[in-house]
Amino acid sequence: MAYAYGADDAKRGKGADASQSGTAEAPETARTHAVTLPERGERKEPAESRKPGISVRDLNFYYGKYQALFNISFDIPERRVTAFIGPSGCGKSTLLRTFNRMYDLYPRQQATGEVMIDDRNVLARGQDLNLLRSQVGMVFQKPTPFPMSIYDNIAFGVRLYEKIRRADLDDRIEWALRKAALWDEVKDKLNQSGTQLSGGQQQRLCIARAVAVKPRVLLLDEPASALDPISTYKIETLVHELREDYTVVVVTHNMQQAARLSDHTAFMYLGELIEFADTASIFTNPAKQQTEDYITGRYG
Amino acid sequence: MKLYTRRRIVNGIALTLSVAATIFALFWLGWLLWTLTSRGIQWIDLAMFTERTPGPGDSGGLANAIVGSLMLTGIGVAVDTPIGIMAGTYLAEYSAGSRLATSVRFVNDILLSAPSIVLGVFIYELVVLRSGHFSGWAGGLALALIVVPIVVRTTEDILRLVPASLREAAAALGAPYWRVIVSVVYRSARVGMLTGVLLAIARISGETAPLLFTALNNQFWSLNMGQPMANLPVVIFQYAMGPYEDWHHLAWGGALLITFSILLLSIIVRVLGRSSNPGT
Repeated sequence: MAYAYGADDAKRGKGADASQSGTAEAPETARTHAVTLPERGERKEPAESRKPGISVRDLNFYYGKYQALFNISFDIPERRVTAFIGPSGCGKSTLLRTFNRMYDLYPRQQATGEVMIDDRNVLARGQDLNLLRSQVGMVFQKPTPFPMSIYDNIAFGVRLYEKIRRADLDDRIEWALRKAALWDEVKDKLNQSGTQLSGGQQQRLCIARAVAVKPRVLLLDEPASALDPISTYKIETLVHELREDYTVVVVTHNMQQAARLSDHTAFMYLGELIEFADTASIFTNPAKQQTEDYITGRYG
Repeated sequence: MKLYTRRRIVNGIALTLSVAATIFALFWLGWLLWTLTSRGIQWIDLAMFTERTPGPGDSGGLANAIVGSLMLTGIGVAVDTPIGIMAGTYLAEYSAGSRLATSVRFVNDILLSAPSIVLGVFIYELVVLRSGHFSGWAGGLALALIVVPIVVRTTEDILRLVPASLREAAAALGAPYWRVIVSVVYRSARVGMLTGVLLAIARISGETAPLLFTALNNQFWSLNMGQPMANLPVVIFQYAMGPYEDWHHLAWGGALLITFSILLLSIIVRVLGRSSNPGT
């Protein structure tokens, strides 16, 4: 099954190559991207040998009285891409939003249990949430450029925690935009409003913005679901590269995307973590019947 | 086929009625503007802007009333804008579900529709009686009292239009919440907030009743806010009721001036509103 995805993916990659002459680096990454997939299983070390980037223990989550997550425990490995898959409403995004305590913006949402990042429990009382969020970046489903220039969009986060000289800031912004594969498209219009970019560019701007503050963990909540295939492809390539430096967690509805992108996959259903393993085994040889039913499309 | 014919007839009736209603409303407005213009335009001259309000039988202008109106409106807006924006921010951003917010919103709505004369009497009781005389300060305060609920309301409404995803995005970068509001939410809503303030100015620049009880009027040049202060609405009121031709002329000119100032302000609001939408 996974090899079928892989083959599909290779075709997809070439298709993208042909249709896309805009960026010089795209074809290269496309090829490596598509080719690495089948051999990923062998290349990877077992999850246990790496230090966990995020360690979740007995996590329960409540929207008021409604319980959305049930006793979730697992370790997300450092500097790897981990995907959360599962049907709508299964708690993927809710789980993601506990990692930077985004839910704290809203009254009556609460979590119990432990989420350890860098040896501290982010769910504990007295955490500096702003500091936490500067280290655990997040990109949302819909692009959310701030109503300011492209430059300021990225500078906003950087200036919050760093006293930085103008020249260094310029460099940082170029670096972040290059990371997000957006630099060539916007380098001549950094003073233009970020809201005037296309949807795909806006989303890459948001990724650049998140990357610019140099977080340790990057949370992506369906980052490509509102985008066309070419933008999706660019963002997937980007995510794949980000794993060099960051622990990346991606929520996605798209199983091919999970298969293409991630090293590990967590399958969730009705607020429970059903199965968590490396992506190859989830897609070729799932341990649980529910997982198999879902990835083979039997959940309607 | 029959159904289609019926729909067309109903559509025709509804369309005719609504067009008629629109024309009816526009007719009165047009008539008012026409009367005002035709009877007022010839009295607008340089003297109106340079000379003070005349006594009986004298000639003069409206200069002190114009300046007084600007000052009173200025005081009102200066007092109420920060209060209104902060209260609106509290309601929209910090109050989620609290009982205090619900009551503030309720009281604010009452205040919003309170007759302005009542607010004038209130300030009369509070300031004028205690200080022993009418004053510009009292007038400015009365106007501020009218405007606060408007600004609170528009600020809250506009801030609520800013999508939550934008706040989350800013918070997700590690921005403290006040920073999220000031740098992202306000920035995204600034045109709407400015519109609210401009509409509030338009609303109070024509208020007469509360000023009768507070700033009263002043025939002489006075920039002293501690003294009674001339202002256009009360001057128009007084001169229009007066027995002298010259007064009537000035009243017409003043009415035209104030109406078109408000019209201009509304047009500015429209243009601003069109140039950008909140939240994008």
